[in-house]
Amino acid sequence: MNVPTMAEMMAQGKQPEVLFWVGCAGSFDDRAKKITKAFVKILNKANVEFAVLGTEESCSGDPAKRAGNEFLFQMQAMTNIEVLNAYKVKKIVTACPHCFNTLKNEYPELGGVYEVVHHTELLKSLLDEGRITIEGGKFKGKKITFHDPCYLGRANNIYEAPRELIQKLDVELVEMKRCKTNGLCCGAGGAQMFKDAEKGTKEINVERTEDAIEVNPDIIATGCPFCNTMMTDGVKITNKEKEIEVLDIAELIANADDL
Amino acid sequence: MNYLDNIAFAVILIVGVGFFIKNIKKISRNIKLGKDINRKDNANKRWNNMIMIALGQSKMVKRPIAGILHIIVYVGFIIINIEVLEIIIDGLFGTHRVFSIFGGVYNFLIGSFEILAFLVLISVTVFWLRRMVVRIPRFWNKEMKGWPKNDALYILYFEMVLMSLFLIMNATDTPFQDLNAGNPVSQFLVPLFKGFNPETLHIIEQTAWWIHIVGILVFLNYLYYSKHLHILLAFPNTYFANLNVKGKLNNLEAVTNEVKLMLDPDADPYASVPEDENEVPEKFGASDVQDLNWVQLMNAYTCTECGRCTSSCPANQTGKELSPRAIMMKTRDRLEEVGANIDKNGKFIDDGKQLLNDYITPEEIWACTSCNACVEECPVNIDPLSIIMDMRRYLVMEQSAAPQELNMMMTNIENNGAPWQYNQMDRLNWKDE
Repeated sequence: MNVPTMAEMMAQGKQPEVLFWVGCAGSFDDRAKKITKAFVKILNKANVEFAVLGTEESCSGDPAKRAGNEFLFQMQAMTNIEVLNAYKVKKIVTACPHCFNTLKNEYPELGGVYEVVHHTELLKSLLDEGRITIEGGKFKGKKITFHDPCYLGRANNIYEAPRELIQKLDVELVEMKRCKTNGLCCGAGGAQMFKDAEKGTKEINVERTEDAIEVNPDIIATGCPFCNTMMTDGVKITNKEKEIEVLDIAELIANADDL
Repeated sequence: MNYLDNIAFAVILIVGVGFFIKNIKKISRNIKLGKDINRKDNANKRWNNMIMIALGQSKMVKRPIAGILHIIVYVGFIIINIEVLEIIIDGLFGTHRVFSIFGGVYNFLIGSFEILAFLVLISVTVFWLRRMVVRIPRFWNKEMKGWPKNDALYILYFEMVLMSLFLIMNATDTPFQDLNAGNPVSQFLVPLFKGFNPETLHIIEQTAWWIHIVGILVFLNYLYYSKHLHILLAFPNTYFANLNVKGKLNNLEAVTNEVKLMLDPDADPYASVPEDENEVPEKFGASDVQDLNWVQLMNAYTCTECGRCTSSCPANQTGKELSPRAIMMKTRDRLEEVGANIDKNGKFIDDGKQLLNDYITPEEIWACTSCNACVEECPVNIDPLSIIMDMRRYLVMEQSAAPQELNMMMTNIENNGAPWQYNQMDRLNWKDE
């Protein structure tokens, strides 16, 4: 796996096509790290010149902002913007819709203006440009349902890129009763990932997993490390671990290709 | 003596409209208690939104049954109001069906009003059945007990009565029925009045006419006290709604200035001292209605409590205290209370209460996943999430009152640049694992 850092690139006098913003989950969470690696493998195979910030990356500030801590958010944002601008970054890709949303929509006013794309968008354009091919491989004929991450779907109106990628896998894409603009949250957004839920009658991720179970899929596909955690837990709680796998779209594509 | 009717009518009309204008001014003043926010940019897009969403009801039909029934009532309401114009002229000048000079066109118009009135009657009845017999859950959430529930029913009864009166008025107007044009619905009501002498019929017709117009004026004035203001406010509300993608949360400018100062090595540490020592530093976030912006306050008056937001809220569906509709209702209740305080005292005198805690609890605020389902659902582009976020900001930045786990998350971000306790220097370790 080839993962150059921006510092290394700069030392060589090179400017990458795109900066891969790994995000905290993608860097530290064991499950999400697999998504990070799957995505890197695809980038490597497609010969995309990318780089990461590595140890110079820091939290985008999204969870702080959604928790109401605008100070901490802006401290994070401005520190990150200084680093990004110093490297003259033009384009950023990330596999985390929360980082994606914040970098894309909330950084520009603070001086960080970049073209920011979600990894499913980048994969879609690589596919359109013929730089990658997607084949079903071991997923051929499987039934897959896509859980829309709120920060990709409703927050940024991206519904089609992930679905088009899934359909390329020669699989049966089934929609849950609540999908796209009506998609139900996994329960992790708005900093909920980092706290217990308030008192209620049910966990949100269970409610959402039941939506998925209704359409009887082999795989629940996601495009967000937090949705991935929530849905994986949901599948465990509902005792469907043996029947249903939860995978990120990058993993689907990389695994199909045996990367 | 002949003019007594006309004078009485004019007085009723002036009182009815005058009282309404007085209340509208009160609403306008209350909305202006909110902070300023610029929503005058991009006029084309704003007009387009208003035309599509308010006038064209594009978001209503997302739920087709309620959506189509609502369009019937809405179209009926707007079109039948042409008839009210005639009623006003007749009332003021003692004429009878003054527009009938237009002949065929008039008959066509009245005919379509009758059909619409009939359809409205059916739709409103179905609405009533959905609430009271089918008992659709979103009409039975806990914030819908008492007044909100009755309010909704009164509005339906009002509309039933008004439409019936219009049809009865036409049915008992013998010369109108004799023309046998423009009476596609009322002709079927005529047999009900068979055997009545012409004198009685005339009295019934006149009574229906009077109750109809007085009813309309009463309804107009009921709007202010009810959840029904959306028939007016949906238009400005969609015009001034947020145009950014839903994921974009505003950056607080006051914070930006301070953060810039903190990060600037050349900053003069004394430069931040305000010139006027008595100047109150800007409050972060919102704990009361005056801290919200005027669009958020208009949102509260616009909400008609349909509950689509709450029925799509993940927190509410899983039994949490949070209900986006209740956020809007409580904001309005508090705003009304602040307004009444101003009416009484000339200016706002601290009443020891605020929107946070006394109306909206932190438990509700912290249950939100910021998923934007409520914002997406609202047929008139109300944004409950923005209020929730402003209240979180107050809780965290003014009161340091975040849940403990979130405090830990934020401490981690401050210390090591990640919400979990991992060393920033380990960020690239995944590469070699």
